[in-house]
Amino acid sequence: MRDVAVIGIGMTKWGELWTKSLRTIFVESALLALDDAGVDKIDSMVVGCMSSGLFVGQEHLTSLLSDYLGKNPVPAARVESACSSGGLALRQGFIEVASGMSDVVLVGGVEKMTDVTGCEATFALGTAADQEYEGFHGLTFPGLYAMMAVAHMHKYGTTREQLALVAVKNHDNGSKNPLAQYPFKVTVEGVLQSVLVADPLRILDCSPITDGAAAVVLCPADMAKKMKKPVVRITGCGQATDTIALSSRKDLAWIESTHIAGQKALSMAGRKIGDIDLFEVHDCFTIAEIMITEALGIVEKGRGGKAVEEGLTSLKGKFPVNPSGGLKAKGHPVGATGVAQAVEVVKQLRGEAAERQIKGAKRGLTQNMGGTGGSSVVHVFEAE
Amino acid sequence: MPNPARAWREYPQRYRLEAEKCTKCGYIAFPPRLVCPQCGNRKFAKTKLAESGKLLTFTIIRVPPEPFEDQAPYAVGIAELADGVKLTAQVVDCDFAGLKVGMPVRLEFRKLYEEGEAGVIYYGYKFVPE
Repeated sequence: MRDVAVIGIGMTKWGELWTKSLRTIFVESALLALDDAGVDKIDSMVVGCMSSGLFVGQEHLTSLLSDYLGKNPVPAARVESACSSGGLALRQGFIEVASGMSDVVLVGGVEKMTDVTGCEATFALGTAADQEYEGFHGLTFPGLYAMMAVAHMHKYGTTREQLALVAVKNHDNGSKNPLAQYPFKVTVEGVLQSVLVADPLRILDCSPITDGAAAVVLCPADMAKKMKKPVVRITGCGQATDTIALSSRKDLAWIESTHIAGQKALSMAGRKIGDIDLFEVHDCFTIAEIMITEALGIVEKGRGGKAVEEGLTSLKGKFPVNPSGGLKAKGHPVGATGVAQAVEVVKQLRGEAAERQIKGAKRGLTQNMGGTGGSSVVHVFEAE
Repeated sequence: MPNPARAWREYPQRYRLEAEKCTKCGYIAFPPRLVCPQCGNRKFAKTKLAESGKLLTFTIIRVPPEPFEDQAPYAVGIAELADGVKLTAQVVDCDFAGLKVGMPVRLEFRKLYEEGEAGVIYYGYKFVPE
């Protein structure tokens, strides 16, 4: 296998982008990544997108996006793994470069979610769960994560305030990110007084519905060095799956797919969790971040709530989690999220994260998750 | 889901709680599967789910998906039945404030929702506190 480097990153401002179509938001981010890399010719492209069919009634993104990027007849692939589609696209791009099949690969992620009503978006997102045995009973994604929260609170004594502190921390970080959908701060009281969505989760425990895209350019590390670019290598890549239905899991307060994907990625990189300087993880709901910090081994089982309370995962803490603002504040255009996590980690490792820069960051980790943990993708990045 | 075939395909499970038991390791598959996730065996014998169990977790849905709009707020939970099978269903005939992890529940046959005025009327099981 060849060493793989990220030589270009691109992301535009996320939000409710009513004036822009799916193709436009994708091409804007892709062009930023290509310009950043200083390349024009690509050998292949991989795009992560969860559900352009349900959100905008458009499939066949391989043709649409390569066409509007002006790259026909480049080979292109679209990958789908619910909210971890972006992370999976990165993994497929990584495999393509590492294997020697292609040299320069553009990896993108995109989701255009505001062309449908809130109800329709809730339905589209719900297709990441078991439609016949979860959705059929009136469950929603906030509902599924709420049940994980109740299980975690019951088993470990995690408190409602600790959940709120995840939102407070990520909005603090997001307030320093000009590309975030919601770059403002929230308070614990504000979270606790926000409207209930699925008890005990309130609207400020949930990531928003977002239009957005992100892109990175990958190439062999040797080629990157010759181009005299700041080289950030992808040194670890792990993926794992689990049951589609939450009810089938052995432990409702534990995300096994993230645990396995994390172990695989760290082992490939030859690193331990303590070697990592920053984390971008899938905080689709506040409880998710708490459970992910446990699954990755940042803290012991059941200690995720306490860790936020003690500031361990804040920007100046020992293990900063979601310096970008996370899905919570930055936004969550589902197919783009996994790629945007890579964009943030590369920014941090290049020292380009301005106000939210983690000093001397050399190694970062991304964790992207589909459904309630039915799939997880983890990558480890290292600066030269 | 405007297709009756999709609904009646699930009737054995939703109406009669039919499950399948692995002939090798005893794993109970609900809904039925072709491969046992525990031992890889491909042979199963028909069985019926236990009708009572205890609540493992729950939530109250305040923002419902479209077909359930007229029902919110409603409770949904995951229960572990006496035979070890875990499944998801609404929790009904209960006071939200009285819901607790570990509380005993039984399965009852109920109406879930209907697909407009001329569509399929969906029935299935729900949890009722004992």
